[in-house]
Amino acid sequence: MSWYGITAEFGHAEALLDAVRATRGQGYRRVEAYTPFSVEGLPEALDLPPDRVALVTLLGGIAGGAGAFFLQWYSAVIDYPINSGGRPLNSWPAFIPAVFELAVLGAALAGFFGMLALNGLPRLRHPIFNTPDFHLASRNRFFLCVRSDDPLFDLEKTEAWLRTLSPVTLARTPVGAKP
Amino acid sequence: MLDLPPIVDRRSFMKLMSASIALAGGACTRAPLEPIVPYARQPEGMVQGEPLFFATALTRGGYAHGVLVESNMGRPTKIEGNPAHPASLGSTGPLEQGRILELWDPDRSRVIQHLGQIDSWENLASLIRSRGQRWQADGGEGLRILAGGVSSPTLLAQWRLLLEKYPRARIHHYEPVNRDNVYAGARASFGRPLEPVYHFDRARVIVSLEADFLGGLPGHVRYARDFSRGRRPEARSMNRLYVVECMPSITGAAADHRLARRSSEIHSLALRLAAATTGPVSADALPWVRSAAADLQQHHGASLVLAGDEQPPEVHALAHHLNEVLGNRGATVDFIALPVTTAQSNRDSLAQLVEDMRHGRVDTLLILGGNPLYDSPVDAGFAEALRSASVSIHFGLHHNETSRHCTWHVPAAHELETWSDATAYDGTVTIQQPLIAPLYGGRPVHEMLAALTGDFDSTAHSLVRNYWMGVFGNQQPEERWANCLRSGVVSESTARYENTQAAKAVVGDAGATAAVGTVPDPKEIELAFRPDPTLWDGRYANVAWLQELPKPMTQLTWDNAAFMSDALAQQLQVTNEDVVELEVGNRTLRAPVWVVPHHAEHALTLYLGSGRTAAGPVGTGHGVNAFALRTQNAPWFAGGVKVRKLNERYRLATVQSHHRLEGRPIIRAGTLADYLHDPQFARQESDRRAASLYPDVPRAEYAWGMSIDLASCIGCGACTIACQAENNIPTVGKSEVIAGRELHWIRVDRYEDAAAGAQRTLFQPVPCMQCEHAPCELVCPVEASVHDAEGINVQVYNRCVGTRFCSNNCPYKVRRFNFLSYSKEDAQSAALHNPEVTVRMRGVMEKCNYCLQRVVRGRISADRDDRALRDGEVVTACQAVCPTQAIVFGDLNDPHSEVRAAKGSSRTYTLLGELNTRPRTTYLARVVNPATGRDPSEDGGER
Amino acid sequence: MNSTVASEGPSQATVKGSYTYGSITDKIADIVLERRTTPGFAIALAIAGAFTVLFIVAIAYLFATGVGIWGVNEPVAWAFALTNFVWWVGIGHAGTFISAILLLLRQKWRTSINRFAEAMTIFAVAMAGLMPILHLGRPWFFYWLIPYPDVMNVWPQWRSPLVWDIFAISTYIIVSILFWYMGLLPDVATLRDRAHKRWQQVVYGLLALGWRGDARHWQRFDTTYLLLAGLATPLVISVHSVVSLDFSIGNVPGWHSTIFPPYFVAGALFSGFAMALTLGIPLRALFKLHDFITDRHLANMAKLLLACGLIVDYSYAVETYTAFYSADRYETYAIMNRMTGPYAWVYATVMFCNVVTPQLIWFKRIRAMPVVLFAIAAIVNVGMWLERFMIIVVSLHRDFLPANWGFFTPTFWDLATLAGSLGTFALLFLLFVRFLPAISMSEMRKLNEETRGVDR
Repeated sequence: MSWYGITAEFGHAEALLDAVRATRGQGYRRVEAYTPFSVEGLPEALDLPPDRVALVTLLGGIAGGAGAFFLQWYSAVIDYPINSGGRPLNSWPAFIPAVFELAVLGAALAGFFGMLALNGLPRLRHPIFNTPDFHLASRNRFFLCVRSDDPLFDLEKTEAWLRTLSPVTLARTPVGAKP
Repeated sequence: MLDLPPIVDRRSFMKLMSASIALAGGACTRAPLEPIVPYARQPEGMVQGEPLFFATALTRGGYAHGVLVESNMGRPTKIEGNPAHPASLGSTGPLEQGRILELWDPDRSRVIQHLGQIDSWENLASLIRSRGQRWQADGGEGLRILAGGVSSPTLLAQWRLLLEKYPRARIHHYEPVNRDNVYAGARASFGRPLEPVYHFDRARVIVSLEADFLGGLPGHVRYARDFSRGRRPEARSMNRLYVVECMPSITGAAADHRLARRSSEIHSLALRLAAATTGPVSADALPWVRSAAADLQQHHGASLVLAGDEQPPEVHALAHHLNEVLGNRGATVDFIALPVTTAQSNRDSLAQLVEDMRHGRVDTLLILGGNPLYDSPVDAGFAEALRSASVSIHFGLHHNETSRHCTWHVPAAHELETWSDATAYDGTVTIQQPLIAPLYGGRPVHEMLAALTGDFDSTAHSLVRNYWMGVFGNQQPEERWANCLRSGVVSESTARYENTQAAKAVVGDAGATAAVGTVPDPKEIELAFRPDPTLWDGRYANVAWLQELPKPMTQLTWDNAAFMSDALAQQLQVTNEDVVELEVGNRTLRAPVWVVPHHAEHALTLYLGSGRTAAGPVGTGHGVNAFALRTQNAPWFAGGVKVRKLNERYRLATVQSHHRLEGRPIIRAGTLADYLHDPQFARQESDRRAASLYPDVPRAEYAWGMSIDLASCIGCGACTIACQAENNIPTVGKSEVIAGRELHWIRVDRYEDAAAGAQRTLFQPVPCMQCEHAPCELVCPVEASVHDAEGINVQVYNRCVGTRFCSNNCPYKVRRFNFLSYSKEDAQSAALHNPEVTVRMRGVMEKCNYCLQRVVRGRISADRDDRALRDGEVVTACQAVCPTQAIVFGDLNDPHSEVRAAKGSSRTYTLLGELNTRPRTTYLARVVNPATGRDPSEDGGER
Repeated sequence: MNSTVASEGPSQATVKGSYTYGSITDKIADIVLERRTTPGFAIALAIAGAFTVLFIVAIAYLFATGVGIWGVNEPVAWAFALTNFVWWVGIGHAGTFISAILLLLRQKWRTSINRFAEAMTIFAVAMAGLMPILHLGRPWFFYWLIPYPDVMNVWPQWRSPLVWDIFAISTYIIVSILFWYMGLLPDVATLRDRAHKRWQQVVYGLLALGWRGDARHWQRFDTTYLLLAGLATPLVISVHSVVSLDFSIGNVPGWHSTIFPPYFVAGALFSGFAMALTLGIPLRALFKLHDFITDRHLANMAKLLLACGLIVDYSYAVETYTAFYSADRYETYAIMNRMTGPYAWVYATVMFCNVVTPQLIWFKRIRAMPVVLFAIAAIVNVGMWLERFMIIVVSLHRDFLPANWGFFTPTFWDLATLAGSLGTFALLFLLFVRFLPAISMSEMRKLNEETRGVDR
């Protein structure tokens, strides 16, 4: 039977944070934390890389705005030029509202879906769900998982180390569905 | 008609459907059998899709108005004036425009009826035959014909024939709006009835004693043209009009000095005028009389005094006398033998007929048109008497109040469906051509009459043609016949002027005034009857266009009302739409109140022609029937009226609720003196063309523009209905007018406010301004309201989604919206529609587009022979119909165009110019010509 | 392990009573998962449902017959539909303000109210979005306002504020939904994990997109949430500014004014906070949420209501002043007509509802009385609707040429459309509180964590 990793369950955020720091201190690198809300300092503790959501959002915004202006300019000046109220064909001041709105829309869509994509969501099945008690991860428990593909991972040793962190429970998380 | 209950009962449904199917099958191929000749200016023969114009004439009370009828692929669709006809000079009044809808009216009677059952012409013919034998024997004893005014030479010839055959037969005349007073007046002055023909273009001073010569008199369209010719301030001199009247008319509105008096007071006023004119001017207390008299004295041979049909013969005699004294006869007024054959007195003629019927002297009565049961004097007793005629045949367009009480009803052919001929106010004769074979199996009047003389075979065509061949004799009759048809007038038919002196009338010196002493108790309330400006005597009640055409002085549609002055309303403690009960003699009538500015105090006016009970789905049940109070002895005004306020209200449909200018420079007006002193008097700061952020759009080959002269406009409303006919504008019905959803593309706003030194009635026709910086286009989200290269603001119906933002943003509110499905889809409407104009569906905006279809038609024909459009080649519907040519349209790029000249005038101003919308439609300030040196607002002053 | 909230006195608390992560979660989640439908809720649902049916009928008849069934005419071509539109959009604004702007301002107290405020936004904007489509003469062609290469080769006319509206409103509703749904992700995950019924597990499971609370996910989640808030903030300002341009671009006296954008935004927030109170107070009573929606929340929202109200009052003053200052006869008349014309009663009512009534909020005691606050909020809602009516109809009915002056009287179908939209809004909101957590559980847990104070 192959394991996704070993998962320790903690009662509150501080315990998890300490555990994470300690575990990484041990040299473990493929360490994952699961929390019912975003815990301050956890990303630092896990030494996560900066996320690129902001960049994606910016690009989305630029695309939306530029696209909007081009659409208006092209349709009003090139494709269907017509005298409306004696105004110039390229009435750029009148084009601004649509540009702004579409810039915001582009940014928002890019941000949201970028976030999902970077998170690899939607993903309805994941080994971590096989952990006993894991349904509490969305209620009041905090989980630390050392993945089996960590270079230092060793079923007994890691399990022994995690037990020293006095978790509420400790469990092996199988890759496949529970037996 | 939107007002109709949506569910039609089975019978009328079947009737409509059968007719619709018949029409759908045949509407396009109903060319008359006989050859009819197209109007000369049009190419010979029909070109597919090209409209043809045919010259003919339309009559009312016998008086002919020459018209050109536009025919699209055999379907008459629009009526224009005939430039060659003296009564028209190319224009028409509002009523003529409605006649085309009358022709297509699906409610016209379609079958011969006997005692309410469908019957056949054969049966009627055999009845006539059998009677004929009796008449042979007794010389036509018991045969009576009742007709209105008749001016058809052919018909008159047939009558002579009839009377030779049946010497004891009698012909009676009755027109509810008749000219008995005019003829009686003429008899008093000249010993015989004569028709006055006025020359307003030669008159510098005009005094109208309640004569509505701009809106009512025979020839009024021509008169309006001549009158306005004399009112161009650019000529540095204008005629001056004095009017005294009870119910304000458009003539009164055009007056420089108007006086409101009860009709009964006008006689004594006329006497005072005569006294002042022939004696010392200063004698009279009333400024109006003083200044009128003074002006008359100063304009010997160039002045004109005329009396209205409503005024008693004495007043007419006075007018004739004054004209004689002032040397106006032969200069500004001439007299001709009556162009229309009618009774010496319509009243007596009808009374005689009733008398005969009562005494059983009538066994066969033929009613040629008309509707005496509805419009005869209430005390004439026609209805009861009719029962004693064993055979009564009603011959008319509609199965109306009268035909329902006759034993027979025969559908008549419409004037546009039959050959005939008719005479105009000045004696000019027109040969009428049929534009289309009778739609509903109607019978030409000539064939009806021929049948009576035992001739069942002759067609109207042969009768008319034979008559004229006889007249033309042997000098190229064929050519003359063809020419008459082409030009729409019979050459040299105009009557020659009688040279006869007017007898001296009773002229008031101080004593005479007292002698006449007809000044009634000033507190007594008087009731006046007037023909309806759009329904006339009620004959047009089923013409939706005319029902919905706002009456010029009241802006009311679909109803008449008890019109009264504000003073009287306050005295009676009533306001608009309160219902009052009028009591005259022992008769009563309930009518809603409508306050009319400038109406004579202590007087009420009712328009005739409303309150029909069998006019058809459109006309039945609108307004109150004034005939119910109209007696033989008081046909035009009745004294001693009691008015009782009921606590009831009746909703009236007006298209304009606010008549004050609120100090806004919407209508600019000044006196001739102002104009001469400073031709720029109408200019205002806000008129300066403001700078714009936007570069000017380069102009194309043509730049269309319009100029409307408020000095000429008389507010008759012909433009509104002409536009309706040209542009397939549906009527919306009373409830929708109340909701504020009428669809007229050009409306005539009426303001009652101080202008040029007096309280005046100010008219302003408002079509689309065709702004160069159009606010409506800017806010249309779908490019449905856009500008074309020639400067017309076009509405793309099939692109419009109906946000109505354009309407909100139009400061002139000339845009009209189809809030519901207004366009009718029955076969008649389809056949009547102008094929060059889209029929708009529910939910789209529509508006004036300078008759774009006419512009395009003109451009195509110009391109075809590879030339530029000539000025005046494209004429908008409103411009074409305008009796006073107040509307000028044309190309602003053409330095010599009429419109350029008009806009060049110093009187030109832009409506709401400060908004910098740069309209292509501009106005010329109104100029009036009150007597100098005194304040016209005194007119109504001390008595 | 038992963590109590450091209480700063009952009225100051953002959460009252002692709660653990677990108990907070359970209390909120159980409203959705366990709580049985109460009769009160059922009745409310029935009423809302009835009005929703009325709404559908009104729309069906409208499409079959045409806008003629309403009281609109010339010159008053816009009336109820556009009034409803502006009003509903405005209501949406408070929701975004609470969830986005207060988030950026780190106003922790917002946590327990932002979820239902956002829901309010979405449903209000949905109602608003319907109105301009319904008011079209040919509603089935509404999509012609959207740019797409059509067979007629015609594009929208970009200078028209109505086109700007399309972009503003659709952007607004999409961003609001994203913002709302994103906040919901962890919570539906909770529901997924706590649900016992199969269908709930499936539905919430799908909605949760497999959210598992991974620290990496939380990191990106937080950034994105902040970014969306940052985007929503200028957006919400722009939306009502654009809506105001529907009028101030026009030249109608009473519309053509440069103060409209800020004036409308303030008005929007004003009506929005009023609606938030109108919904929040019954909501907390209905579901016994006094511990989460505390008196402090109500008091704070009341203060915001008052603040916006004052800006609106100022706008009224400025609008009147500028009209006279312009010395333009049409502008001046429009204002005078508003105050003294046939619709003077509207002006008077607006003044009472929007200027006089909110002043009560100055008093601390009033702020502490939920019932009174509810009444004030309701009055302000009415007042703001009438204000929009005043701006639109009263300006239109008498413009430049006196000959065109008219009058507007609503028909049954005008009223049915308004009432129907209210009912539909209520129905959507009731369904929301029944099937989704009306308060953000993950944020409450975090709030709990942060305010837990010292005990370890």
